[in-house]
Amino acid sequence: MFLNFFLLLKEEGLPVSIGEYLNLLEALNKRVTAFNVEEFYFLSKTILIKHEQFLDRYDVLFGNYFQGIQLSDIEKKEIPADWLQKEIDRLFSEEDKALIDKIGGLDKLMERLQQLLEEQKEKHQGGNKWIGTGGTSPFGHGGFNPEGINIGGDGGGRSAVKVWEKRTFKNYASDVELNTRNIRLALKRLRILTREGIEDELDLSATIQKTCKNAGYLDIEMHASKKNRVKVLLFFDVGGSMDPYVDLCEQIFSAAKSELKHLEFFYFHNCVYESVWKDNAMRYSDRIPTFEVLHKFNADYRVIFLGDATMSPYELTALGGSVEHYNDESGGIWLQRFVDKFPNIVWLNPSNEYYWTGLPTVQIVKQVFKDRMFPMTLDGLANAMKTLKGKKIAH
Amino acid sequence: MTQEFKGTENYIATDELRVAVNAAIALQKPLLIKGEPGTGKTLLAFEIAKALNKEMYTWHIKSTTSAQQGLYEYDAVARLRDSQFGDAKVQDISSYIIKGKMWQAFESDQQSVLLIDEIDKADIEFPNDLLLELDKMEFYCYELQKTIQAKTRPIVIITSNNEKELPDAFLRRCFFHYIRFPERPTMIDIVNVHFPDIEQDLMEEALKVFYGLRDIHGLKKKPSTSELIDWIRLLKLGKNTKDELEGIDYIETQPPYFGSLLKNEQDYDHLIKAKRAAQNTFRRF
Repeated sequence: MFLNFFLLLKEEGLPVSIGEYLNLLEALNKRVTAFNVEEFYFLSKTILIKHEQFLDRYDVLFGNYFQGIQLSDIEKKEIPADWLQKEIDRLFSEEDKALIDKIGGLDKLMERLQQLLEEQKEKHQGGNKWIGTGGTSPFGHGGFNPEGINIGGDGGGRSAVKVWEKRTFKNYASDVELNTRNIRLALKRLRILTREGIEDELDLSATIQKTCKNAGYLDIEMHASKKNRVKVLLFFDVGGSMDPYVDLCEQIFSAAKSELKHLEFFYFHNCVYESVWKDNAMRYSDRIPTFEVLHKFNADYRVIFLGDATMSPYELTALGGSVEHYNDESGGIWLQRFVDKFPNIVWLNPSNEYYWTGLPTVQIVKQVFKDRMFPMTLDGLANAMKTLKGKKIAH
Repeated sequence: MTQEFKGTENYIATDELRVAVNAAIALQKPLLIKGEPGTGKTLLAFEIAKALNKEMYTWHIKSTTSAQQGLYEYDAVARLRDSQFGDAKVQDISSYIIKGKMWQAFESDQQSVLLIDEIDKADIEFPNDLLLELDKMEFYCYELQKTIQAKTRPIVIITSNNEKELPDAFLRRCFFHYIRFPERPTMIDIVNVHFPDIEQDLMEEALKVFYGLRDIHGLKKKPSTSELIDWIRLLKLGKNTKDELEGIDYIETQPPYFGSLLKNEQDYDHLIKAKRAAQNTFRRF
């Protein structure tokens, strides 16, 4: 009887499998819970849903299926979260509360809010009637509790319908597919195992050798266990054309940080020039000369540039071409210095590979990097790591 | 079903959590628990063991833990050493096998509770190495050449702090529950459980301060239940009254023992900034 519901979940892209459906039937068969809709909601949720990011979608679908609530209604009622979660932390003052009472209490306020929402079609800033930020309308303050405004749940109450109408897990939902795990697995390829440090592992062959020499008396030899000691420099392009890729870059960065022990990172804008910076908030005050970076790190560091390499050609080829300052040497020369110094270097480009041929600067960078530019797909990432691993470098 | 988990006198379980736990027990599936730090994920396993009167095995996961350690470890070096002295026990390989927590739980005659704590701390492949063990509740011991099978399937509780994503194959074998941050009424129950004799007006004020803090956007570490409990304990020890908690603006006045609620210097700066900004916005009206 729940097959249609199960198929609906699958259709809507929730990762449910037949095994889980059978589990649900088994649980019902064993009468794990009482037969009421609220308990069924809890039970089906715990069995079918395995990640908090899907809980919100599940709540909507459950409500839709068992109550006939129209999906579009819910979407319409909802206020975009970015209107509300402004950084100004406004709390209600006594005056505000008085104001709310004057309008006729919170219920009235909600009603009016809904009415306004229907009249209003676009996001709005300022002004005194429409809902938006920075205005004097009673709606849409930063301090207003987002759940309070979510018309679906009016809080409290044990009624079953309300539990999923509240959609408490909205914050965990995300349309972006979470693939940090995949990125990490790709980064794992960049593994250079060496024996260094404390001797904590039995060296079997040396022990046998020594024991034999010792006329059969045990002589134990230890050696250090193998650990990943790959060293990586990461250069991030920030700002401008890179803005759409911020999320992707953050994912790569957090994955890299946890997978790689020796990781140094720097930021640049469009192209590297005389200096780079480590802290984006201090990009103008706290810069590090690029020469210092080039001298400080040995050639055995693996270097990753992450940027879309999309800029004006002058930024690469001409003196004074930088968009931010006057540079004495062209960006191309600086890139060449990196390529010369570090034999294992790649450029990761988050933009679509399909457009690369049409962008002159991408072509130039690709040439400087001797074709070692890779798209930021899983395959691209895996290939980049393979290239980076390269051969061992004596120094 | 013979036994049912209903929460204990020390642990308030929501209906949702209760259903999840009972479903996992009845269908003999591991239960994966996630949630904000300090919402009682680890405590849950202990409370289940206590409520159902079961033996408890705890396997704390660290970044260096491997799946094998939960099963058993073979101490070859000790055996080699003993062989030098002609020790009789050298003949018996089983005396050099150190049983892990999972093996211990499998061996127990009564059904036990096995807690795998903070599974996300381990290597990214760790959950995949436990698939068969959790599914069939058995594993093969190469040294003894035999399969170890659970006498009774333990109740397995797994906690995760979301530091790493868990593989799908692993997730499919578990039931899942996300412990939401307790709402006010549940929180009042929780505080009452810990401090049965607390003055109601002190609790009211304390909760007001606590939820006020949690409403600040952008805090790195929001205070959680365990911080609230510690804080109230301090308030009670210091014999603080509700008057001391009233009218706090965080700019000039701080609540007593504030450090036990907000544990991060950056959060503290952020709070003051946010409060100043709020003050300034009010003035414009």
